[in-house]
Amino acid sequence: MSNSNFTRRGVLKTGAIAGGSLAVPTIFTAGSASAFTNEPTGSSVTLGFNVPQTGPYAEEGADELRAYQLAVEHLNGEGDGGMLNTFSSKALKGNGILGKKVEYVTGDTQTKSDAARASAKSMIEKDGAIMITGGSSSGVAVAVQGLCQEAGVIFMAALTHSNDTTGKDKKANGFRHFFNAYMSGAALAPVLKNAYGAERRAYHLTADYTWGWTQQESVQAATEAMGWQTVNNVLTPLATTDFSSYIAPVLNSGADVLVLNHYGGNMVNSLTNAVQFGLRDKMVNGKQFEIVVPLYSELMAKGAGENIKGVYGSMNWNWQLGDEGTKAFVQSFGQKYGFPPSNAAQTSYAQTLLYADAVERAGSFNPCAVVEALEGFEFDGLGNGPTLYRAEDHQCFKDVLVMKGSDNPTSEYDTLEIVEVTPRAQVEYAPDHPMFAGGDLGTCNPGA
Amino acid sequence: MFGLEKKDTSLLVIVAILALFAPFILNPFPTESGLAQFNAGYPDLMQRFVIFGIFAIGFNILFGLTGYLSFGHAAFLGVGSYSVVWMYKLLDYNILPGLVLAVITAGIFALLIGFVSLRRSGIYFSILTLAFAQMSFNLAYSVLTPITNGETGLQVYNNDKQILMSAGDPTSPHLFGIVMNKSANLSIAGWDFTFNNGYYFCAVILLIVFYLSIRIFRSPFGMMLRAVKTNQTRMNYTGLNSRPYTLAAFVISGMYAGLAGGLMAAMDPLAGAERMQWTASGEVVLMTILGGVGTLLGPVLGAGFIKYFENIFSKINDNVLHGWFSFLPDGLENLLVGIIHPFVGKGWHLTLGLLFMLVVIFLPGGLMEGGQRIRERFGKKKGGGGGKDAEHHPKEAPHVAE
Repeated sequence: MSNSNFTRRGVLKTGAIAGGSLAVPTIFTAGSASAFTNEPTGSSVTLGFNVPQTGPYAEEGADELRAYQLAVEHLNGEGDGGMLNTFSSKALKGNGILGKKVEYVTGDTQTKSDAARASAKSMIEKDGAIMITGGSSSGVAVAVQGLCQEAGVIFMAALTHSNDTTGKDKKANGFRHFFNAYMSGAALAPVLKNAYGAERRAYHLTADYTWGWTQQESVQAATEAMGWQTVNNVLTPLATTDFSSYIAPVLNSGADVLVLNHYGGNMVNSLTNAVQFGLRDKMVNGKQFEIVVPLYSELMAKGAGENIKGVYGSMNWNWQLGDEGTKAFVQSFGQKYGFPPSNAAQTSYAQTLLYADAVERAGSFNPCAVVEALEGFEFDGLGNGPTLYRAEDHQCFKDVLVMKGSDNPTSEYDTLEIVEVTPRAQVEYAPDHPMFAGGDLGTCNPGA
Repeated sequence: MFGLEKKDTSLLVIVAILALFAPFILNPFPTESGLAQFNAGYPDLMQRFVIFGIFAIGFNILFGLTGYLSFGHAAFLGVGSYSVVWMYKLLDYNILPGLVLAVITAGIFALLIGFVSLRRSGIYFSILTLAFAQMSFNLAYSVLTPITNGETGLQVYNNDKQILMSAGDPTSPHLFGIVMNKSANLSIAGWDFTFNNGYYFCAVILLIVFYLSIRIFRSPFGMMLRAVKTNQTRMNYTGLNSRPYTLAAFVISGMYAGLAGGLMAAMDPLAGAERMQWTASGEVVLMTILGGVGTLLGPVLGAGFIKYFENIFSKINDNVLHGWFSFLPDGLENLLVGIIHPFVGKGWHLTLGLLFMLVVIFLPGGLMEGGQRIRERFGKKKGGGGGKDAEHHPKEAPHVAE
């Protein structure tokens, strides 16, 4: 190197410049006088809808977004009011939240934690969002929930089914309305026992990531408790599209039930493979071979088509329910978009209303006041029957639907039929249940 | 200054000024105006500009100088992030130990991966690095879950040890008490400017590594690397063993990536496996090509460009569009919204793809070439058309940016 002489003067200069640039941010005092992050001061309040718009769960994200937009309309007093009319709490009057008009910003999580956090951060830092909601993967939900806890805003989780969201990763500023893997297991087990008997040998194929594991663990525990045996649990990489090599060993394992702990496109592929191998026509141990898919969604049912007939699974909500809340929601959603809402849409809609209602009842947007209003809140009329937001872990407790692939669907929207509405008491668990242990809610963080 | 030639010094000074005044430059529109949608001067995005700038600068040392196209640099990014979060979990929220560890572990990873991958060149090298990166991703995603927390991503929990943590310490990343996510605000006549500690910390790091990269570009070592790119076979025939040089370049750029990954976790205490996915590796290749391969400033521009689209265009939804065109009659408004709709919101990939195509077709040298052409045209006017006709005496496009 020809000219690499560090002179004393040069070093001093560098030091001065570096020091100066470090000092810059401290020249201005952080003199924001608000009591909490993004305190709304004008005539409107901004909510952040952070859903996957690209990537594997884009369809779910699009449906969530539709539901959010509908919820905002209803909160602002436009449209027919939907579930506002059937909601047991009457605090909301259709004039926005606390008299402020509801506005919203949207973002794309890409079903990636990083992108989701970047998008949520821009909503909080740039758009002044006071609440973030969305997510359709447990990893993303957990990541964004952590971010909201740090930033001091409320996170209303939408589609996230892993036990961890309100288990070991629970946060004081985060709330989940959707059900979880444990509840799926607890609701499914008795139905499976009735349908297939107590003497069954199950073989699990499990998506190899956190959600898959918690669901497998939950289903295994619930089915073993009623007498089933678990032959094997095979983990499948998330990117797998051809499950043939995983299905073949099932035939020789002596198992007579196959449990597919897969979601989305994974489940569509593995179920199709299993049916192609003729598993459902086999007789093993003198019994008909059966397949179970613990977590169902409308989109998966659509994707799997014929193969889903007679297969059991569970859901958070379904548009075919007969209660007043469901009817009102299905009607206003159908009127606006022309087809019935998915269970992802329902949980998104309900979460938005629950947040707005909590603010209204608390009389403040302060996250700590909202947390207080939501903790232990009992309500009804949002489509799931009487529901409790438990204070210990911010998880909603409500009835769980056990579904079955319908034998004679009349349209593309009723490919699933409701087998049983499992009562809330049956899916409840202690907050310190081993599957949920290890977490700490911490204290609510109002930010600033 | 600092042992640099005049031209390089002025480049460094320009970058320093840009970095210092970024909160102003990136917030050109008043907060309440409709165009505020295009403001990028909020802390998270500014941090991302700088961090991915560092990532791309490092990548460019390998790709721009030696021509070895690595498709696995995201692995080092991820390793850096995990190192920093683990330091949070074990020691405390001070970012310094984590960043040092991030650079070291990324360097070790790069040494191992580079040692194997650099036995081949060209497409085989690319595939080897891609394979290693995918392997790291899968390890992080499921196999090594106790270390990486799998799909959920590594976070700090309240019951973590944090042995250096005492009662009054900040509970988010900080540098000896300077909390990274703290900001100062300045409101002037409708404009809001945010000055964020974390951003300025990243900016200082950027300046340091940018300076380092200039020194590498101008050093005899850099010259050797460029020789590898030009004709490695001839180099080998002259008796020079080029592999130590390429390996050194690989490790250096891996350390840059580790530093960038560490900074990501220093700004936002989370490390996720998808940071290591091949798409992330591909992104840095795009950034470098978009900005200008082998140029000093290009990769930083490319990084900023892509991150801007990802974060700003993806947030423009129909509601916003209707807001913009509400002054038009209804039919026309819906038509315009209908035309623009596929290019914003979830269609941001499409817009970015189109722009990328345009740049690659018309400006093969990236954004830097665009800048150069503008300057040439500008300069010619200024000079009154004096001198030789540029068309007939084309100046050889400089291999490395000026």
